[in-house]
Amino acid sequence: MKEFPTSALPALLVGLPMLLATMSLFFRVKGRALLGVLGSFLVGSLAFFAFIEVAKYGTIIHILGGWEPPLGILLRIDPLAAVFIGLTAIIGIFISLYSWWYFRARIASIGRFPLFWPLWFFLWAGLNGLFLSNDLFNLYVTIEVITICAVALAVLSGEAKALKAGLRYLLAAIIGSMAYLFGVALIYGSTGTLDLNLLGEVLKPGNTKTFALIVITLGLLIKKAAFPFHFWLPPAHSAALAPVSALLSALVVKGAFYMMLRLWTEVFEVSLTFAAGQLIGITGAAAVLWGSWQALLQTNFKLLVAHSSVAQMGYLLMMFPLLIMAPGQDADSAEWLAPAWTAGIFQVMAHAFAKASLFLSAGIVVMALGHDRIESLRDLVAWMPMTAMAIGIAGVSLIGLPPSGGFLAKWMLLKGVFLSGQWWWAPAILAGSLLTAGYVFMLLRLAFAPARVKDPFRPVPKILQVCALLLALGSFLIVIPAENLIQFLEGSKSFGSGIESIMKGGGYGNE
Amino acid sequence: METNSLLLILILISSLIPGILILLLDEAQAFQRNFLNLFGAVAKVALVGWVFVGYMQGETYAFIYGLAPDLTFALKADKMGLLFAALSSVLWLVTTLYAIGYLKGGKHQRRFFAFFSLCVTSSTGIALSGNVVTFFVFYEFLTLSTYPLVVHRGDDKAVEAGRTYLWYTIGGGTVLFLGVVALFVLAGPIYFGQTEIIASLVSENTLQLTLIFFLMLSGLAVKAAIFPLHGWLPISMVAPAPVSALLHAVAVVKAGAFGIARLVYDVYGIPTSEELNLLTPLAIFAGFTIIYGSVKAFYQDDFKKLLAYSTVSQLSYIALGVAITGVLSATGAVVHLVHQGIMKITMFFAAGNVAETYGFYRISQLNGIGRKMPLTMGAFTIAAFGMIGLPPIAGFVSKWYLGLGAVEAGSYWVVLVLLASSALNAAYFLPIVYRAWFCEPDQKEVLPKYRGPFEAKALLLIPVVLTGLFSLAAGLFAGSNYSPLAIAREIAEKLYPNLP
Repeated sequence: MKEFPTSALPALLVGLPMLLATMSLFFRVKGRALLGVLGSFLVGSLAFFAFIEVAKYGTIIHILGGWEPPLGILLRIDPLAAVFIGLTAIIGIFISLYSWWYFRARIASIGRFPLFWPLWFFLWAGLNGLFLSNDLFNLYVTIEVITICAVALAVLSGEAKALKAGLRYLLAAIIGSMAYLFGVALIYGSTGTLDLNLLGEVLKPGNTKTFALIVITLGLLIKKAAFPFHFWLPPAHSAALAPVSALLSALVVKGAFYMMLRLWTEVFEVSLTFAAGQLIGITGAAAVLWGSWQALLQTNFKLLVAHSSVAQMGYLLMMFPLLIMAPGQDADSAEWLAPAWTAGIFQVMAHAFAKASLFLSAGIVVMALGHDRIESLRDLVAWMPMTAMAIGIAGVSLIGLPPSGGFLAKWMLLKGVFLSGQWWWAPAILAGSLLTAGYVFMLLRLAFAPARVKDPFRPVPKILQVCALLLALGSFLIVIPAENLIQFLEGSKSFGSGIESIMKGGGYGNE
Repeated sequence: METNSLLLILILISSLIPGILILLLDEAQAFQRNFLNLFGAVAKVALVGWVFVGYMQGETYAFIYGLAPDLTFALKADKMGLLFAALSSVLWLVTTLYAIGYLKGGKHQRRFFAFFSLCVTSSTGIALSGNVVTFFVFYEFLTLSTYPLVVHRGDDKAVEAGRTYLWYTIGGGTVLFLGVVALFVLAGPIYFGQTEIIASLVSENTLQLTLIFFLMLSGLAVKAAIFPLHGWLPISMVAPAPVSALLHAVAVVKAGAFGIARLVYDVYGIPTSEELNLLTPLAIFAGFTIIYGSVKAFYQDDFKKLLAYSTVSQLSYIALGVAITGVLSATGAVVHLVHQGIMKITMFFAAGNVAETYGFYRISQLNGIGRKMPLTMGAFTIAAFGMIGLPPIAGFVSKWYLGLGAVEAGSYWVVLVLLASSALNAAYFLPIVYRAWFCEPDQKEVLPKYRGPFEAKALLLIPVVLTGLFSLAAGLFAGSNYSPLAIAREIAEKLYPNLP
């Protein structure tokens, strides 16, 4: 095994938010919010520091309590994990800032929801833990922490609608977890190890493995709200409070995607057939078309944005068919792997920024109007130009128009699709773009249209609008350092190297 | 960064920065807004002029930024790009003056001027793009930055028009995107002028290259308003006059026409395009559009709609010139890019002046307007004669070269198209001129909304007179070494190095 620099960083990345979450319980409402905002900057700086360290030294590991795997637990930050942690930090900071003002402004009408802050920091710890985990059971634990926090956050408002949606969310998530755990048990039973890297070497093709792979993938697809398991997402995401919706859509669903990416590219490579990849691709394409179409039919802003999440997550699944070689193809010469990876990562980032911005904007609209019926967005441009701008910019990134992050993702995806000869994905990618344009411009059209009521909007604190706008701009700004980011990711174990070559390399390799 | 790369960036940000700053200003800060706008516009003209002169003296200007492996953002100055950049920046300056006068006291000026600046940024970006990807980026950015201007009035009609505009342009953009990516995958990152890359691929990828060409062409044809993809243009005329003038006579539609010229001249190259037989369909569609647009214009009573259909028709002259091979028709195509712009903007300014001052929107209301607004209608008359193709006005020069080119290439049907179109142009423009100058005003006297020393607000009057004079000068001095014609001729000669 290659030696990696060890450092306490990975442990801190999980420990600090956990500590902050616990600490916040001892504060009163006001102090809690302050702690939350300061804490988010603290965790953010730590994540930034970790990112720099990884850029300097490559993968960093931490062995908890000094017990090496397969007995102990090992946390590692490789470039891929660092990108996800960094993304979570940036979006987390903005959402924390927004939440501070959001809950202050809502005092009169509903309440301050003091539980938001501890739950959010536990969620953050869970997300960081997930990105750092390197074994199947740890992944299970972290995703359970995430699920519990996410469900609790989703029902925070206490409204009947939210409770009902939350219950559905919980059920779906538990079924997903169960399926995943079952698969993990099967693997542990046959190999005796849970460590991802060891598994990559030990796992031999066979019925058990195939079955475990199917069960685990199914579980993750449910958690990720992939078509046709997406039913729980739109109600849950749209009924939650605005900052919570943003967290759920921008970050939480990405957790399951991250797990799937790791497991498919690092553990299960042998059992994966071309057909399996195609199947995942088909669910992705179906989600793109169905989700976008549903979004087009919505009359409520938040539901529209939530359906759009289903569609945008579908694009992520469309990278999987490109990662698996057809019979006769050689991963070493497969020049579409790098574009496919780039597409996936940029889709994750662009969607996280854009979707967070859209949900925060939806929160602003609800605050100003008291409801989120799309019809009432009329004259938004004149009343809240900044929010209208945020919706426009985030929407443009979702459509995939240049020069946004969404554009880079779609460009790379389309490029990968053509290079691999799997051109049949192109119509779905483009049709999804057009449908997205349909619902984004449906919003903008109304925003420009004259109001039917006089002075429909109540004033909303500017800082909320600034947060949403900055996040929207983020989905464009990620394009500027794209080249460096891609180079950085190429140091990651699996990025662009393809499943076959990972097999050959084995171990913790970024050599 | 080198000075020469910096200059190209400066050309872009000379309108980008004012645009962003204007968004940050308050609606009431009219002085600051106008200052930023005019400062940016003057700076842009000066910078483009600087680069133009430098380029003529043999300097090279390029800027490259790598976005992702083999995906580069590239700016490069070449003659055709600079000609388009010069056209956009000069007309932006003129239109900014006009828009300040036109919108004075109107609502949402901050939004208007901000997006107006962004539009010009995209249009100069299109002009200076060094490769296909960069061109595409600005092409789509143009769509987005024009949308708020089309719906500027904010009434239901404007919002509907915006919707139509978007469906056409986003649809076209998607098709173009597909073509661009496919081209990228097949041929790698293509910089404009590297026609040898496609040429080397022709023998093995005939079908793919043909398909990609028509994908890209149909994406570009939307903005160039070639039949049957022209539908958005007449509908978009609900936009305020300066928008119709600059964007729908110059920036947006020219982006399409310019893109077609780039595609044929600098991506595929003329020999390859001919080898693959790509140009005949383009010529046929362009020829049909010329006649179709003129016929439709003939039946319009709405002043701006008439001008819009006339634009549909006139734009296809450029595509037609590109589609017919030969130095002369290439000269005609490139020079018409400029000439059509200055003539059509004059007409839109004039239409806007009449509407602003007297509230006339229909041709049938224009009886005797020439006596009340001699300068405005004088400029309009020059432009109209130019459009018809009377010497010595700009339009004559373009038509002359296009006609000669058609004869040279042996495409006599094109000559017929040009003649028919000129006759139609005369048939719908001359009645306006006649009404304006020779008809008695209607019984009911309409008082002007504007009172002052001139026939219209000075800020509305100066631009129309200026562009009217440009149209005349471009024709009169076509023989000079620095006329658009001379530059177009140089571009064309470089395209056909083997011809005498």
